[in-house]
Amino acid sequence: MSGSGLPSFDPRDPLGIDDLLSDEDLAVRDTVRRWAADRVLPHVADWYERGELPGIRELARELGSIGALGMSLTGYGCAGASAVQYGLACLELEAADSGIRSLVSVQGSLAMYAIHRFGSEEQKNAWLPRMASGEVIGCFGLTEPDHGSDPAGMTTYAKRDGGDWVINGRKMWITNGSVAGVAVVWARTDEGIRGFVVPADAPGFSAPEIKHKWSLRASVTSELVLDDVRLPADAVLPEGTGLRGPLSCLSHARYGIVWGAMGAARASFEAALEYATTREQFGRPIGGFQLTQAKLADMAVELHKGILLAHHLGRRMDAGRLRPEQVSFGKLNNVREAIEICRTARTILGANGISLEYPVMRHATNLESVLTYEGTVEMHQLVLGKALTGLDAFR
Amino acid sequence: MSLRIVVCVKYVPDATGDRHFAEDLTTDRDAVDGLLSELDEYAVEQALQIADAADDAEITVLTVGPEDAKDALRKALSMGADKGVHVEDDDLHGTDVVGTSLVLAKAVEHVGYDLVLCGMASTDGTMGVLPAILAERLGVPQVTLLSEVAVADGTVTGRRDGDAASEQLQAQLPAVVSVTDQSGEARYPSFKGIMAAKKKPVESLDLSDLGIDADEVGLGGAWTKVEDAAKRPERTAGTIVKDEGEGGKQLAEFLVSQKFI
Repeated sequence: MSGSGLPSFDPRDPLGIDDLLSDEDLAVRDTVRRWAADRVLPHVADWYERGELPGIRELARELGSIGALGMSLTGYGCAGASAVQYGLACLELEAADSGIRSLVSVQGSLAMYAIHRFGSEEQKNAWLPRMASGEVIGCFGLTEPDHGSDPAGMTTYAKRDGGDWVINGRKMWITNGSVAGVAVVWARTDEGIRGFVVPADAPGFSAPEIKHKWSLRASVTSELVLDDVRLPADAVLPEGTGLRGPLSCLSHARYGIVWGAMGAARASFEAALEYATTREQFGRPIGGFQLTQAKLADMAVELHKGILLAHHLGRRMDAGRLRPEQVSFGKLNNVREAIEICRTARTILGANGISLEYPVMRHATNLESVLTYEGTVEMHQLVLGKALTGLDAFR
Repeated sequence: MSLRIVVCVKYVPDATGDRHFAEDLTTDRDAVDGLLSELDEYAVEQALQIADAADDAEITVLTVGPEDAKDALRKALSMGADKGVHVEDDDLHGTDVVGTSLVLAKAVEHVGYDLVLCGMASTDGTMGVLPAILAERLGVPQVTLLSEVAVADGTVTGRRDGDAASEQLQAQLPAVVSVTDQSGEARYPSFKGIMAAKKKPVESLDLSDLGIDADEVGLGGAWTKVEDAAKRPERTAGTIVKDEGEGGKQLAEFLVSQKFI
């Protein structure tokens, strides 16, 4: 206890940001932190090295049982948690591994969110409860091999054929694709871009896994192949015509990344802090050298500024006042700073920094994907640039 | 009729924190964050499983402790228990296991019960005798240290794993049962459970509500007294045994000296 009557300094929470959290927020965080410590952390380095996520279905069911899938949605078996609580969950999951957070983001913020927001009552009842429980894994197909930042150019095409739809095309870099029971696929139609709910067992649909990744290795990434996939009329999402549909889903998922990236950064910072206080060179802990302290101080400043920013955006989302430009602000800053923190942590750990015995290189290489997916750094700079100047630099 | 289960839980200082005694040699609860004793989570888990298997059951979690002990109740409620009872009174400060068992017995009777479930011990005091004393006070059978437990037709059955044998035990309800950390992993509080816990009732009781005199509890009423406490000495570097033909003997002597064998 401090003699001044002030609360003591907590290296894990130097700004006292936890004071902003309610008892329920802390309980949600505690559940996710414990789950990740029990079920992910003991195995994730091995999964990463092997480049696979064995037991992903069991993990999904466990995440469903704690309520982490589609947690900020209401009804249909979803937990109805706040945006701040969803963010805290993303942070704790990504502190374990970005791949696990990606599994949850894609399930909840992309696939389930799309059906929840744009789907018919029949579609919601058919899919959401089983997705909330983790029985069915979902994926979300927007990006194509030749169309990433500019999805308006997509070539996947859905043609009306009598009462049916027939879809042809390819989607690329699709998280959860090969294990998904259902895919939300966006396609060009004669009436603009529409979303379709595609069961994975639909003839003509396949999802081969993409191997040879040096990032998100504990995550399933796939290509979606749609060859004359015939779907009934009610497979189309009735709401959300045009690109605004998928973009609003991405904005929701991006919000989770604003928090999640800080989880990867926190794990790397903590590894570096622990290492700096125990590793001795020249007869004393390297944390006692000014160069190391400067690194640790700068890392802590950016880490907790980023968490504070995530909180601010979370409160705006809970109040229904969060603009997409503000999400871009958060994603741009937090992922960029998170990867810098991981790289700096790597230098503090020296040669040990490149080992899977420590989490920092795993987080750093994961964040290379996070830096690009759901809107690249450059796209978020352009979004902010346009919002600041009123001049559109990319369309 | 509904099966009435009461789970006795304790709010303890986090064992991963730097725990201290206060000046009066009671637990310093300000220095370290508290939480629901992890060994009691197993009792809550078994209560939830017994309730799931029963047609109709109600789980009450009961704790004796300071204001913050409500956190332990809230955790158990978020795991799925139905209601909480919190006995809090300034005169309880320094109560030992004899006094605590009296308060719990009165509170259990106040709530009404068919089955009382406890953890195998607390993670702070680790005495492990409370369930037995509580059963004596209530005048009901005690079935302690079970690693497997089930309730059917007014009977509790279970398995106690000892060093030499595993015993199958059974008792008529009402009864007091304690479960070990081998009884099955406790569930994580789900987000729905956490939200629902906010709305679950917690009844607050003090000593006068239970008809207990202040001199039966507290430091003054305690049958045991902590005379002195000292910090455990810092760990030393350890002993390295070099095997030069006598290694086995030296190891055995070391184990004997430390009372391991």
